[in-house]
Amino acid sequence: MPSLNDYLLVSGLLFSIGLAGVVLRRNIIVVFMCLELMLSAANLTLVAFSRFNTVDSLPDYDGQMLVFFVITVAAAEVAVGLAIIVALYRARQTIHTDELMTLKG
Amino acid sequence: MPSYLFWLFATIMLIGACAVIAFRNPVSSALAMVTSFVGLAALFIGLSAFFVGIIQILVYSGAIMVLFLFIIMLLDLKDEKKRASNGAPLFAGLALVVVFFIQLIGVLGNKLPHQSAPELNHETLATAAARFPAEGKIAISLNDGRLPDVHLIGHTLFTEYNLPLQILGVLLLVATIGVVVLSKKSVGSDASVQSDASKS
Repeated sequence: MPSLNDYLLVSGLLFSIGLAGVVLRRNIIVVFMCLELMLSAANLTLVAFSRFNTVDSLPDYDGQMLVFFVITVAAAEVAVGLAIIVALYRARQTIHTDELMTLKG
Repeated sequence: MPSYLFWLFATIMLIGACAVIAFRNPVSSALAMVTSFVGLAALFIGLSAFFVGIIQILVYSGAIMVLFLFIIMLLDLKDEKKRASNGAPLFAGLALVVVFFIQLIGVLGNKLPHQSAPELNHETLATAAARFPAEGKIAISLNDGRLPDVHLIGHTLFTEYNLPLQILGVLLLVATIGVVVLSKKSVGSDASVQSDASKS
């Protein structure tokens, strides 16, 4: 049986990979996917804590409620974000972050 | 969940995540993200969070992946070019990740006891059944030794978390309207802005 440490380690690795993708990649859509990976890593942590912290010998459902809300808000965020990306592409004909430097000093 | 299944699905998930940032073609990245999320859903189900595992597959692998692919094909993106040899962002990113990972190992190394999850067997579930109405579906399933995950989540969602649920509905409505407003053709909005400007 895997312990809580294993779940936290795997979730931390997933978060690190997502963070690396956000910092390294230039395509905004891929950056968005990496944000989703980071949110999912947080979800894995929450579900693991919910399973390992039983309340009255049932898993702690408060944690899974938070996961439910996170997934829903993430779905809404992806919809709005992709709409922003489409608007950006219409205005600039690019979605590469190093070609969007209007605010660069 | 047996240990070998945990490591199998964790490896699938992590390889998928690495593939997301390794592929140059965004379509490949989207499909790698789905692989990663299927592994993650398997981990959720292994943690007896069946409902969360199912909605992970339905929402991410179904809805969000289709949305990503739709936008990628709508924008007709080319593969990302090899970027000019600029080492500073690469170094900064890797250093950030390494520092984060070292912190993680430091936290996990000595604080938490290595114990497996509490048992969810016939006896423990039957003791939990006393909290629920005896003739309800939840108590019947618990007395049978099954975990009625969806019923318990629904019960929690509509009692303790009813207000957040309603607020979430408003959020989804606002997001829908926002997406429609954002993705309207900019010609119309420009015209309205110009007409406003000409009036004033």
